[in-house]
Amino acid sequence: MSREMPSRILGGGIKILNVSIKKDFGGFYLDISFKNNGNRMGILGASGCGKSMTLKCIAGIETPDQGRIVLNGRVLFDSEKKINVAPQKRNVGYMFQSYALFPTMTIEENISTGVKGSKEEKKTVVQAQIEKFQLQGLEKRYPRQLSGGQQQRVALARIMAYNPEIIMLDEPFSALDACLKDKLQQDLFETLTHYSGDVVMVSHNRDEIFKFCDTLSVMDQGRVAAEGGTRELFKKPLNVVSARLTGCKNISKIEKINDYELQAIDWGIRLKTVEAIKEETTYVGIRAHRLLPVNDPQTDNTMKIDLVSFTETAFEAAYLVKNALKPDTQNIWWLTAKNEFDFVVLDGVAEYLMFPPEELMLLQA
Amino acid sequence: MKGIIENINWSPLFISLKTGIAATVFAFFFGIFAARLVMRVGKRTKWILDGILTLPLVLPPTVAGFFLLLLFSLRRPFGSMLYERFDIKIVQTWPGCVIAACVIAFPLMYRNTRSAFEQVDVSVIYAARTLGMSERKIFWKIIIPISAPGIASGTVLSFARALGEYGATSMLAGNIPGKTQTIAIAIASQVAAGNYDIAGFWVLVIVLVSFSIVAALNIVSGNAIKDIRRWD
Repeated sequence: MSREMPSRILGGGIKILNVSIKKDFGGFYLDISFKNNGNRMGILGASGCGKSMTLKCIAGIETPDQGRIVLNGRVLFDSEKKINVAPQKRNVGYMFQSYALFPTMTIEENISTGVKGSKEEKKTVVQAQIEKFQLQGLEKRYPRQLSGGQQQRVALARIMAYNPEIIMLDEPFSALDACLKDKLQQDLFETLTHYSGDVVMVSHNRDEIFKFCDTLSVMDQGRVAAEGGTRELFKKPLNVVSARLTGCKNISKIEKINDYELQAIDWGIRLKTVEAIKEETTYVGIRAHRLLPVNDPQTDNTMKIDLVSFTETAFEAAYLVKNALKPDTQNIWWLTAKNEFDFVVLDGVAEYLMFPPEELMLLQA
Repeated sequence: MKGIIENINWSPLFISLKTGIAATVFAFFFGIFAARLVMRVGKRTKWILDGILTLPLVLPPTVAGFFLLLLFSLRRPFGSMLYERFDIKIVQTWPGCVIAACVIAFPLMYRNTRSAFEQVDVSVIYAARTLGMSERKIFWKIIIPISAPGIASGTVLSFARALGEYGATSMLAGNIPGKTQTIAIAIASQVAAGNYDIAGFWVLVIVLVSFSIVAALNIVSGNAIKDIRRWD
């Protein structure tokens, strides 16, 4: 499957979502702009960073103070020209975190709410969606009688029946338990592959974003902290916020020594880099999985370590270690895959850890 | 007891029922309308409006009756205007009974409905908007059905309150047998006249009527809602 999809040109129009908005919430300021060219776009951010609010502004549920929202050439909002299209007329699909199904309507009625046309036409569209989302037999049930996964399928069927120009997913998997997630993610992925409009997904979960999105905006405190291709941003997060949100556990302040050497202050180690260190670079990060255990202390970028603590999940071992020679430095996370369940902690602990130069991420504050 | 039933004038029962039903019908629509209005205004307006709309519930009914009398008295501008222009008389008439009972019962309808509206998950309303449903359709097809249990209990309480209204009714509509004398007023005047048997009879009637109506409405709304919860 190609990740770098070109802008999909469909139905004669180019799919472009262009957003540039500001809103003052009194103590919290949203100031965000981005552009999406028919890709599956992700917005990654901690809870309360304004990512759901951004979707609500696009849907017309919230009104920004200033700015412009353009979808496929149609102006949905423009503060200067005093344009503010009602949510009913924006033709956007919004999947809420809680799915927001209508509790007093049956599954069938829920799906048909957004469908236009005669009774017969409605019936055909609803029937097609029920089959597509494998909801046969549940037509007359009420949302509360369905499992979380089924509810999500109904919510998506309801949106698809409405045939929107853009689909926005607000934390689509946060309400589901882990066993269901994989299957549902796969189903959703397939559904969206056949969908021709824009898709914007908001999540705090880096794995979901990585799985679904071609492009990514990292949001922090109401602003875009970084944007770009998903893979590129995970590889080179550019700043501390993006590094943390894409899952980097180890970040240290630095002092530049020369163009290819730095002192990681919080870890107490001198590190060589492959990439040239710029003046703006003030932090270095390394992903916990990328540290390498070594036996030879003479290797570059190597630290003698002490084990601080150990925890494990089913398939991973997590060591919290620290520089053995400099006791007042920060702890460092080191993660490795376990290859057996009756794993003995100390077997895994190396005496030295190496920070491979090509894995170091040079970051701005 | 047999003698009492043979000689009783049943008019207070019919006046009470008529008044209760009419007042509840008005309170039902005004209550829903007011609750919808309050849900749509800003925070400050909401507090003020809510205070005014709830006032008849917390004031002594005689105070509400006093205000109504001020409004509708033939010696006051509004009352005399109604009488001279439209030939409508409220004081000492059956419409006075209905207005008094409605004013007193209204806050129960309004507050129950409003709290039911407040329980409606806003994302459901937002979802309906993004699916192209008009605001009117959202209100009638989504908000009202979700709020049905709260609206039903508001209706029951309003009816019970309207049926037993005494204070405001006695001030505005007075005590005219066969015209404005409801059961509650009949009980008071029979006791005042020392007729404890007749008063006791009316007490029995109103207890039975109230209980059976509340029970009936609970059964009806319970069947419609299907979702009766039990804490066990």
